Amino acid sequence: MVLFFPLICSLGTWFLARKERNLTAGFNIAGVVTSFILSVSLACMYGGQAIDCTPFHWLPLDGLDLRIGLHLDRLSTLMLVVVTSVSSLVMVYSAAYMKDDPGYSRFFSTLGLFVFSMLGIVLADNLLMMFIFWELVGVSSYLLIGFWFERPAASDASKKAFITNRLGDFGFIIGIIIVWSATGTLNFSELASKLHQNPAMLGHLASLAGVLIFMGAMGKSAQFPLHVWLPDAMEGPTPVSALIHAATMVAAGVYMLCRVYFIYALPAGWPAAFSFMGEISAATIVAWIGAFTSLLAAVIAIQQNDIKRILAYSTLSQLGYMVMTVGLGAPVGNPSAAMYHLVTHAFFKALLFLGAGSVIHACHHEQDIWRMGGLWKKMPVTFWTFLIGTAALAGVPSFSGFYSKDEILVTALENSPVLFGLAVIVAGLTTFYMSRLVLVAFFGPARSDHASHAHESPKPMLIALVTLAVPSWFIAWLPLGPFLTRHFIPGFQEHGGDFLLGPFNHNPIAALFGFGAVLFGLSGAWFCYAGSSSDPLPAKLGGWSRAMRNRFYFDEIYEAIVVPLHDLVARMVDGFDRWVVSGLGVRGVPGAVEIAGRALRLVQSGSLQTYSFLFAAGAVFAAWLVLR
Amino acid sequence: MNAGLNHYLVVSGLLFCLGLFGVLARRNLLIIYMSLELMLNAANLALVAFSRFNNNLNGQVIVFFVITVAAAEVAVGLALIVALYRKRQTAHVEDLASLKY
Repeated sequence: MVLFFPLICSLGTWFLARKERNLTAGFNIAGVVTSFILSVSLACMYGGQAIDCTPFHWLPLDGLDLRIGLHLDRLSTLMLVVVTSVSSLVMVYSAAYMKDDPGYSRFFSTLGLFVFSMLGIVLADNLLMMFIFWELVGVSSYLLIGFWFERPAASDASKKAFITNRLGDFGFIIGIIIVWSATGTLNFSELASKLHQNPAMLGHLASLAGVLIFMGAMGKSAQFPLHVWLPDAMEGPTPVSALIHAATMVAAGVYMLCRVYFIYALPAGWPAAFSFMGEISAATIVAWIGAFTSLLAAVIAIQQNDIKRILAYSTLSQLGYMVMTVGLGAPVGNPSAAMYHLVTHAFFKALLFLGAGSVIHACHHEQDIWRMGGLWKKMPVTFWTFLIGTAALAGVPSFSGFYSKDEILVTALENSPVLFGLAVIVAGLTTFYMSRLVLVAFFGPARSDHASHAHESPKPMLIALVTLAVPSWFIAWLPLGPFLTRHFIPGFQEHGGDFLLGPFNHNPIAALFGFGAVLFGLSGAWFCYAGSSSDPLPAKLGGWSRAMRNRFYFDEIYEAIVVPLHDLVARMVDGFDRWVVSGLGVRGVPGAVEIAGRALRLVQSGSLQTYSFLFAAGAVFAAWLVLR
Repeated sequence: MNAGLNHYLVVSGLLFCLGLFGVLARRNLLIIYMSLELMLNAANLALVAFSRFNNNLNGQVIVFFVITVAAAEVAVGLALIVALYRKRQTAHVEDLASLKY
């Protein structure tokens, strides 16, 4: 029921109330809020147990039973609550933000579709169903990013998102096939128990399957090298960015990795062709790609001037964190820090995006931070909630981000000092660019007309902002960490002790480094940007700054590589089609028959004696055949 | 020397080949027709020889039938040739090439 409510609302909206704007909005919001209430009640009722429910045998084939089934356990319950709560708040926000837009109804129904697909991923009980909803989410994302499709930038961005996503899905489906062929099942619970009993079942395919499935996460959660779609996806409306690209869809990749983490817990195994990979397991690859992505994104974010792009790269960076944690936690079997960070990130990133939307709305669709300024006096609610979100993102103690980030740092410290160092650097950079954003956008003199005339946003938007600010600060105060860890390690007992400064007691090195990074970033940003009216860094960093601003030219590189390659392949295929298929096949067959016909025609010489000769020869041949 | 079965068969074969050569290599229709008759008679000879050396009258009975059929065939064939000559005014086989592509 939780699953189908948003779907019913979305479809209903499409077919029924296209003209009635408020009705559409209300209908969809009601749907999602109902799902939220149901999710919370499910969470309270079932706590930590796992339930399976299979309404539907879709396609019982020999050797593969495809079912549409739902699976509820700690992970999915938590995700359900997160997804539905953030979606409801974003929908409430959009009621005000999108008020002047002609595509109002379409927006809400597409959002409803998106929520449906996301919930499908969360509740899926086998890999195939998850893949189906995975693709659905990609489609919804395409529809939503390209919402203002009359703008070429927007439609290009939506295509880019979908295609990059598809590239990842290519690897994903091959990974799924490998897993199925080796173990005979796609159901998560069955897979987990089979691999638990018999770790060698996947054998030499383990790491390959892991890497391929990770490709799906790479596409969906925008890891290097498939990260290029996320910044461009900011062409969509801000609520879309908040919902999809901060809180939920991009988190689907991490969720999926946690679902199948047992594949990453297997020892390294590569097929013969890849044996040069030796002892490197899939988990290591995942960890390094995640770390690299987070570093890359953080560096690029330092020099971005569009408020939404800064937040986009911040999302990329945080996703890198999560993916890295999955890779690091896997051998031990406990990537719960990643899920924890996912939950906190969902709230504070959505908050940040919605706050950015509020700012953009107030400054009449101005997105360049160097044209804002002095907003803290004019938009106090937005300012304070944004500040809360920033503090959570940076990991200031007592905010939710601090606890989840600390768990990540602890996992990193326990498994790989190098990655720990990287993570700390990234934390410092995170604080730096976020402080830069706040200092430039909210403080300082008003740098443009729009900024000086800014006013606070309408009520629904503010309600959403404030409602999100509360969990951004406090959600970590719920015992989510142990809750999640118990999913992976049943019977985990947490240590007692003071909660607020718990991380300092638990693992002081990680906590101290994290805190130090925060202070470092903050002071750096203050030093550079307090009260400045233009960016001092390009002068200091020169060429690096230009590279950062141009996103390290990734898009250009891809264009230079991919387009000619694609052309080449297309040309080859065209040649094949023209010469082999059309030439030999379509025109060749009648041609051959014609030539044969022409040759045979010459036999008809009209000469009687030739005919009698052939007749006699035939008779001799037949006699020989019979008598030999 | 004593004439055995083989001798008769060889003669019959030679006659047949002569007839075949005539059919294939002569240009006059009537000569071709005569060679055809020669081939038939060669077959008759072989049949009679078999009949004699196997002490079996079946061969000779077959010869009767063959001669009858040959006669009928000659009648029809000559009628055809006469009709053809009247139409084409030629008995040359090379001129009868209207089936040529």
